[in-house]
Amino acid sequence: MKKNWKELDIALIVKKGGTAQDFKTGDWRSSKPLWDQEKCKQCLICWLFCPDSSIEVKDGKMTGIDYEHCKGCGICAKECPFKAISMEEEKK
Amino acid sequence: MSNIVAKTGNEAMAEAMRQINPDVVAAYPITPATEIVQIFSSFVSDGKVDTVFVPTESEHSAISACIGAAASGARVMTGTSSQGLALMHEILFIASGLRLPMVICEVNRALSAPINIHCDHSDTMASRDAGWIQIFSEDPQEAYDQTILAMKLSEDIFFPAMVTTDGFIISHAMSRLEMYSDKEVQDFLGEHKTPYNILDTEKPMTVGSIVLQDFYMEIRTQMAAEMFKAKAKIQDAYAEFNKKMNRNYNVIEKYFMDDAEYVIVALGSTAGSARYLCEKLRENNEKVGVVKPRVFRPFFAPELVEILENAKGVAVLDRSDMMSSTGGHLFNELKSAFYGNAKQPPMKNYIYGLGGRDINMSDIEKVLHDIKEFSVSKVKDSDVKYITVRE
Amino acid sequence: MKDFFEIRWHGRGGQGAKTVALLFADAALATGKYIQAFPEYGPERMGAPVQSFNRLADREITVHCSVENPDVVVILDQSLMSTVDTTEGLNDGGVLIINTVKKPSEIREAYKVRKEIKIFTVDASKISVDEIGSNKPNTPMFGALIKATSILDFDKMLLDTEEKLKKKFKSKPEVVAGNINSIKRAYQEVVAE
Repeated sequence: MKKNWKELDIALIVKKGGTAQDFKTGDWRSSKPLWDQEKCKQCLICWLFCPDSSIEVKDGKMTGIDYEHCKGCGICAKECPFKAISMEEEKK
Repeated sequence: MSNIVAKTGNEAMAEAMRQINPDVVAAYPITPATEIVQIFSSFVSDGKVDTVFVPTESEHSAISACIGAAASGARVMTGTSSQGLALMHEILFIASGLRLPMVICEVNRALSAPINIHCDHSDTMASRDAGWIQIFSEDPQEAYDQTILAMKLSEDIFFPAMVTTDGFIISHAMSRLEMYSDKEVQDFLGEHKTPYNILDTEKPMTVGSIVLQDFYMEIRTQMAAEMFKAKAKIQDAYAEFNKKMNRNYNVIEKYFMDDAEYVIVALGSTAGSARYLCEKLRENNEKVGVVKPRVFRPFFAPELVEILENAKGVAVLDRSDMMSSTGGHLFNELKSAFYGNAKQPPMKNYIYGLGGRDINMSDIEKVLHDIKEFSVSKVKDSDVKYITVRE
Repeated sequence: MKDFFEIRWHGRGGQGAKTVALLFADAALATGKYIQAFPEYGPERMGAPVQSFNRLADREITVHCSVENPDVVVILDQSLMSTVDTTEGLNDGGVLIINTVKKPSEIREAYKVRKEIKIFTVDASKISVDEIGSNKPNTPMFGALIKATSILDFDKMLLDTEEKLKKKFKSKPEVVAGNINSIKRAYQEVVAE
């Protein structure tokens, strides 16, 4: 249930940080990036360019793609110098 | 301990600002309000206040900077007039929508075109729906007192406030001013209150996010309800001010209203002139009185109805026109306040003094004669009259 | 009917007609009066005719209209009398005080001032040149005004003005002395008919 007008915080401020994470945008995607670990040299250029912080990195190494937030823009595939990311049509 | 000095309205407001000692003042100059921030900026350079003074490139930027500062937990003030207030217009709604306390020292001046630098209430009235508290002052003393009062009030109710004086008539007119000590002002204000602080790293937050059909209606309803509640708090604020600062102010001032038959309702400096006239007419046993609303927003409708409903005639003086064919702002509010009331005193609107046109004693006396005639006459063809104008 | 005293000052832009009204109000306040001082804002140009006003009373003044019927008119520059209607609204028994080298009778003759108006003259320009070193007739006119009207206690006013000038001109004591002397001289030298 959404809050009624008496229950809302003043000026409708959002009282915590990082709330964009709660907003799943992965289902906006019409094409999907696929990561080829063999070709990947861990340059992290994809991480640098991804506008949605959807390249998952752990201990300085790429570990995968966050499909809950990736909107499928394809920038990572375009920028990857080693063609380690390719785009395929989303089948849902 | 009070200190009696001679100050103009602008000087009085600048002194109030000095004693309030806001954290941030962002401003852009405009006649006739320029002096307020000009004098204040010299307080800044003389080290008399701790304020960060931000000279901006426009009023739009000035009020925007005020919002940023207020959202960051600062006590904030600015000053403006006329086109300046008009340029702030879109941002005024953001200040109130974000429920940020702040005070504008606003000097009432006509709006262009044609260009004019003198007093009328068009500028303030044009921002009446912006969700700000609007307070009118009759003279420099009231401007000084109400600026201090508004700062505290604004922080108590989390609505921004503008305190106005009449351009040149009060802003540039020197009169006797009784000042408080800096300590008395600081004690009255107390600890600065802020609804939230975006710089509080312990509590990260988002302010001003987009709100669509799902929540906008709710948050505006909440604001309206809070503005309704603010009326009682405004009355409390005046009572507290009177007690602590030894004044005798009311949200609506009544002069000779115990048995007044014909009443003038006016805002700002004109109410003072009308009061003097009534005092003189009372010497000839004429039952005339004056009602001076100090607070225009929120509008104290039932309270005004109660004060006015037994009058034989009510003359509403407006120094602004709505250009709607229905008269001025105060008149429209009052007329609507009386809808459905059992008692309906004859009421007529007198639009006067636009662009600084003087209203003198005989003009006000003529209004009283006219409202008497209007009240008894059977034919009431027009209830809006333009006075102080060449016919 | 009215229970306050009204003054209209006539000057030229740059002569200090606005300042003198403010200073006079401040001085009157110090003697215990309720005061108002306000200029007429219009063409703020050097040499253009300008006016300013005072109201003084022993009670609170709530009137905020312009001054239409002054009790006293003070003219800082005699030449204004040929271009501006300086006696406008001045009632019978009203007082006209002029900075001029002429005698009151000569002014009455030259400008056809009706006999019901009292005329006082003083050469405030010369006094200010002698005492301050420049043609600043506004402050000396204080002295002439008080002598002609007895509206304020002269000694109290002088003392207060001296205090204020001392604060304003800390590093220039000669300015203070010059102004005070010029007010005193105008008080002594102003002449009636």
